[in-house]
Amino acid sequence: MDPVTLAVLNGRIEQIADEMDATLFRSAFTPTIAEAHDACHGLYDGESGATLVQGKSGLPVFVGTMAFAVRAVIEKTRRAPAADGDIYLFNDAYDGGTHFNDFKLVRPYKTPAQRAREAAGAPPAPPFCYLASVGHWHDVGGAVPGNYNPEATECFQEAFVMPPVKLVEAGQLRSDVVEIAQANSRMPVSIYGDLHAQLAALALGVRRMDALLEEYGDEALREAFAALHQRAAKLMRAHIADLPDGRYRCDDFLDNDGIADEPLRIGLDLVVAGESLTLDFSRTARACAGPVNIARSTLVASCYVALKHIFPDVPANAGVLEPVTIETPEASLLDARAPRPVGGYTETILRVVDAIFQAMAQAAPALSYGCAYGTINALSLSGHRSNGAPGAGQRWVMFCFFGGGLGASATGDGLNHANAPISTATIPPVEILEAAYPVAFTRWALRPDSAGPGERRGGLGAIYEIELLEERADLFLFGERGRFAPRGVAGGGEGARNIFLYPRGEAMTEPPMASKAVGVKLQRGQRVLLQTPGGGGHGPPAKRNPAAIARDLQLGYTTAEHTAQHYPHAAKADGARR
Amino acid sequence: MSGARRFAVGVDVGGTFTDLFFFDEERGEVSVAKTPSTLGDQSRGFLEGLLLRLQDLGEIAALVHGTTVGTNALLERKGAPSGIITTAGFRDVLEMRRRDRARTWGLGGDFHPVVPRDRRFEVPERTLAHGEVRTPVDLEAVRAAALKLRELGAESLSVVFLNAYANPENERRAAVLLREIWPNAFVNASSEILPEIREFERTSTTVLNAYLQPVVSSYLERLEGRLRERGAQGELLIVQSNGGVMTVGEARRLPVRTALSGPAAGVIAAREIARQAGFANVVTCDMGGTSFDVSLIEDYEPGLAAQTSLDFGMVIRSPMIEITTIGAGGGSIAWVDRGGMLQVGPESAGSDPGPVCYGAGGERPTVTDANLVLGRIAAGEPIGGKIARLNLEAARAAIESQVGRPLGLGAEAAAEAILRVAASRMAGAVRLVSIERGHDPARFAAMPFGGGGGLFAGALLLQVGLARALVPRYPGVISALGCVIADMRHDFVETLNRPLDSLDVAELERRMADMAKRGAALLDSAGTRFERRSLRFELDMSYIGQTHTVPAPVPAPPGLSGAAESAEGGLTRELLRSAFERSYLRAQGAESSEFGGLLEGIGIRALNLRGAVTGHRPKLDLRALRPAEGASTQAAERPGREVYVDGAWRRAKVYARLELPVGAVIEGPAVLQQPDATVFVEPGLCGEIDELGNFVMRRADDNAAQQSAS
Repeated sequence: MDPVTLAVLNGRIEQIADEMDATLFRSAFTPTIAEAHDACHGLYDGESGATLVQGKSGLPVFVGTMAFAVRAVIEKTRRAPAADGDIYLFNDAYDGGTHFNDFKLVRPYKTPAQRAREAAGAPPAPPFCYLASVGHWHDVGGAVPGNYNPEATECFQEAFVMPPVKLVEAGQLRSDVVEIAQANSRMPVSIYGDLHAQLAALALGVRRMDALLEEYGDEALREAFAALHQRAAKLMRAHIADLPDGRYRCDDFLDNDGIADEPLRIGLDLVVAGESLTLDFSRTARACAGPVNIARSTLVASCYVALKHIFPDVPANAGVLEPVTIETPEASLLDARAPRPVGGYTETILRVVDAIFQAMAQAAPALSYGCAYGTINALSLSGHRSNGAPGAGQRWVMFCFFGGGLGASATGDGLNHANAPISTATIPPVEILEAAYPVAFTRWALRPDSAGPGERRGGLGAIYEIELLEERADLFLFGERGRFAPRGVAGGGEGARNIFLYPRGEAMTEPPMASKAVGVKLQRGQRVLLQTPGGGGHGPPAKRNPAAIARDLQLGYTTAEHTAQHYPHAAKADGARR
Repeated sequence: MSGARRFAVGVDVGGTFTDLFFFDEERGEVSVAKTPSTLGDQSRGFLEGLLLRLQDLGEIAALVHGTTVGTNALLERKGAPSGIITTAGFRDVLEMRRRDRARTWGLGGDFHPVVPRDRRFEVPERTLAHGEVRTPVDLEAVRAAALKLRELGAESLSVVFLNAYANPENERRAAVLLREIWPNAFVNASSEILPEIREFERTSTTVLNAYLQPVVSSYLERLEGRLRERGAQGELLIVQSNGGVMTVGEARRLPVRTALSGPAAGVIAAREIARQAGFANVVTCDMGGTSFDVSLIEDYEPGLAAQTSLDFGMVIRSPMIEITTIGAGGGSIAWVDRGGMLQVGPESAGSDPGPVCYGAGGERPTVTDANLVLGRIAAGEPIGGKIARLNLEAARAAIESQVGRPLGLGAEAAAEAILRVAASRMAGAVRLVSIERGHDPARFAAMPFGGGGGLFAGALLLQVGLARALVPRYPGVISALGCVIADMRHDFVETLNRPLDSLDVAELERRMADMAKRGAALLDSAGTRFERRSLRFELDMSYIGQTHTVPAPVPAPPGLSGAAESAEGGLTRELLRSAFERSYLRAQGAESSEFGGLLEGIGIRALNLRGAVTGHRPKLDLRALRPAEGASTQAAERPGREVYVDGAWRRAKVYARLELPVGAVIEGPAVLQQPDATVFVEPGLCGEIDELGNFVMRRADDNAAQQSAS
């Protein structure tokens, strides 16, 4: 295909995926989708389900998992072929990746030409491609509002499980399926709204694809998809070939699985050989009782995310992983089977990303990053409105993910208070949270001394302090990095660890599982305090420019004690100047 | 010397040139001028420009200014040292943003807020979300913070208290005190700048305003001084990002509203040209050296965005002309990536070193180099006139070696590929604002301006399926023309955040009446004559549970003069509901789809009330721009030249654009030249000079009547 037409088609299909994202964000009910962009849209291969293109504003980790979700639908349609206009709905995390909050809508797509041929009596052909939409729904049953249940030992305590079923059959919405989903949620209205928003995104995708195919024809587009895949693979090979051959090892750890307080190893051997890369996770812990297991599809997706951050110029399609082999034993934490709990998948994939950054930093320090804060701190606070208040007796559920510092790069300090590498989420404004829920934030601030020291320091984590304004509420927290702080690379130091404190008696205390808290009872006027990690540093602190150290001190990013401890050379230089 | 005040003058000061547009209201005559901008003090170039055409500045009735002083201070971080006083526990809101990052892929890059942490002070005070004052403001702490900030060199102040949108009492008390003790007028209370929910957006807007105040204010003072010295007495008005003008006093108070002053003026000119030429729906395409800016005018109205990010973390929430920018300009660099794909931009050679053909040290081939190699622009007649002659050979060699060889193409084919990829990126931007929002491109005309817009107008027409391309008579000074035309406009916003079912409609009507009154007072205080005044309201609404709202136009309560639409019997919930439903469906895509329509059984919430008050200034009859009688196509023709198009060299006719008479018909391939712009008419296209002197292009086989208001 001539390079010019290819560039044009590339832009057009990217735009279609982007616009599907925008449609869902605009009309979704769940803030997790609308504000936090915990959703994704893309086009997937009609036979293999491989990612052809993916929207740029959705959650990056879905790029890889959605291919598995589409594959699950392809399997299903082998047994019962799909009709044009069918849409499948499901949340099974073992087939479709991530966790049960993520509801996938998958629509086989036939081109106008295919539809015309089949209308004229031709035998049904496989779909030209699949359009898919995934979004994180607010509450899908299970033991804990919002579904982050740190004590789950089976998926059934996390959520209800839906296998791929027809949500839309030949263009008709099956309201019985919608009712099943709503009946299993504490927030049925939210589910109704999100489902319709996802349907709207798919309908838009179909309209745009029809227009594109009428303009260029099926063959041109098929060729373009193949060429873009090859291009990604070719770029990726070129990048890998630039890395020095060798085996680079990294062990990082999860605090615990929420059930037993024992660290869980993420052991990685990153092997570079010519143009190929192997990510071997054989030394990783075995599957665990608690909800930090992930499905293999989720592992593949997190490898993809880490590599895309290291090589951002490679296009977002399945070609990225062509020269990459991912190895993990069957009994691993990273290859969970039903009914292992997977609700805390975000924590595990963040650790996988960290491990890849650390191993890559040994091969090519200039390309890699210090570890980011490494936990999403999913916090839910819920209760019922007391008598006399507006909406008395109604249930309220505040659900929020919190931010922290990014790791430093070879060229700059890490970003303060950012979203996680697996995400493009924004945090809701304090004022929106306070207007919607009976809470007052008493601090919302950067956390001094939390950045990992280094020639380039990490970004700062944050301090959030929340006071309850209602009579009582229950609190759940799903976090990590409470025991193992985010590490630096290339000689850079660790960021501060995650610290969550809640009132018990007169004192503030940390939960037994560090950053996981279950059913903490709060009363009016009580406060909880969350201090999130900063990012890891890059390069030895001794090489940090004294002017930058002085500035950090002046701005209160660091204290004098921290400076004296980590940057003794600066104190000397300062003394010498005077 | 008459001394009569008869000139309306528009002055747009850009990075390279100061453009001026003079309209003699008595004689109905116009003229244009261009002079190099004076960096450091733009008011010098401003004055030099005026003196190019006027000896007596006393003849100026109105002087309307599009300025980049604010824009540049923001982009280059050259505002004044400023300080923040805020609620205890929240000093870092500005720096923490909405916990975002600059790019999806790649984690590099940090962020330096315009007010660093050591100039952000906390004071005891707290208001809760529903307006209850939990802790009254500690005024002694406010005083101490202000004194400390003065010591630290702050020249301006922002007071931003949490939930001040719900109850501004604490903020107001702090501001009253600060205005007594602060040495200048630059004290900003967030509830005065933007009384709207969302603390980061309100903080950022307020702080950027404070950051700009000293800079913009001293510039305007200098400018007014120079003008007065030379005897100018007419009113000076400043173009806002919303496309309306404001008085100098308002501009000093709200400089953040000038962030997109220049581009907004361009869109306003485009709207008026389109209106008088009979085009209801237009996509404006402004092509400069580094960027391509697109905006949509639908049914004669430019789209407004509620919020714009000028740079990562630099959010301004105030209505601005919605402009989509991509990095594709004349200076955009063409390169072949490691996957073997041709890319154009976003990296740009800018004007320094500039394209290879400028011979000023640029080594990487650009869009301008490709245009030169293919004969679309002439080596001897460079646009803008800064360089005497362009270096064709160097441009050709760079394209051949850096693009042609890796792709296996010759120099011409490679140059054509560069233009195709550039055009397709521009077409993508045009699609994004038109087709992608459910608009049928066949209903739209492209209006290219800037020096290079006319070179791509034909390609856009062919690639996007637009009906017409309309190249204005003076595409290089369009923003200056917009200044002369712009109306005065003031925007207001207040947060309601109430379910529609329990909204106090009478209270809403009172708020609307109050906005109308405040707006009228601002118009009254301007020393400008308005032909008429108008008033519009919108409610930001959503289904309860959604976090994004749609702006729904709502009628004014009865008895407010100038209302675009009035509810005869007063507002009702039913009326507001149907206003929301109309806007919601529209936002979901103009085509009705089977899914994604209205949601049954779910309540509606009204978040913000927005009001806009406009004073309409007398309109300029653009027929004043038309070519002089007696011109002829023959006389306008210049020696033809070879242009390379669709894989072959062809002979193209060349015309002096400004000499072409009304009704002249030009068939492609042809090149239209004027001092500051070039138009390329591709083979298969033709165009005609209309009554206003615009060049209107279409496909040669498309004889449909011109699309007009429908």
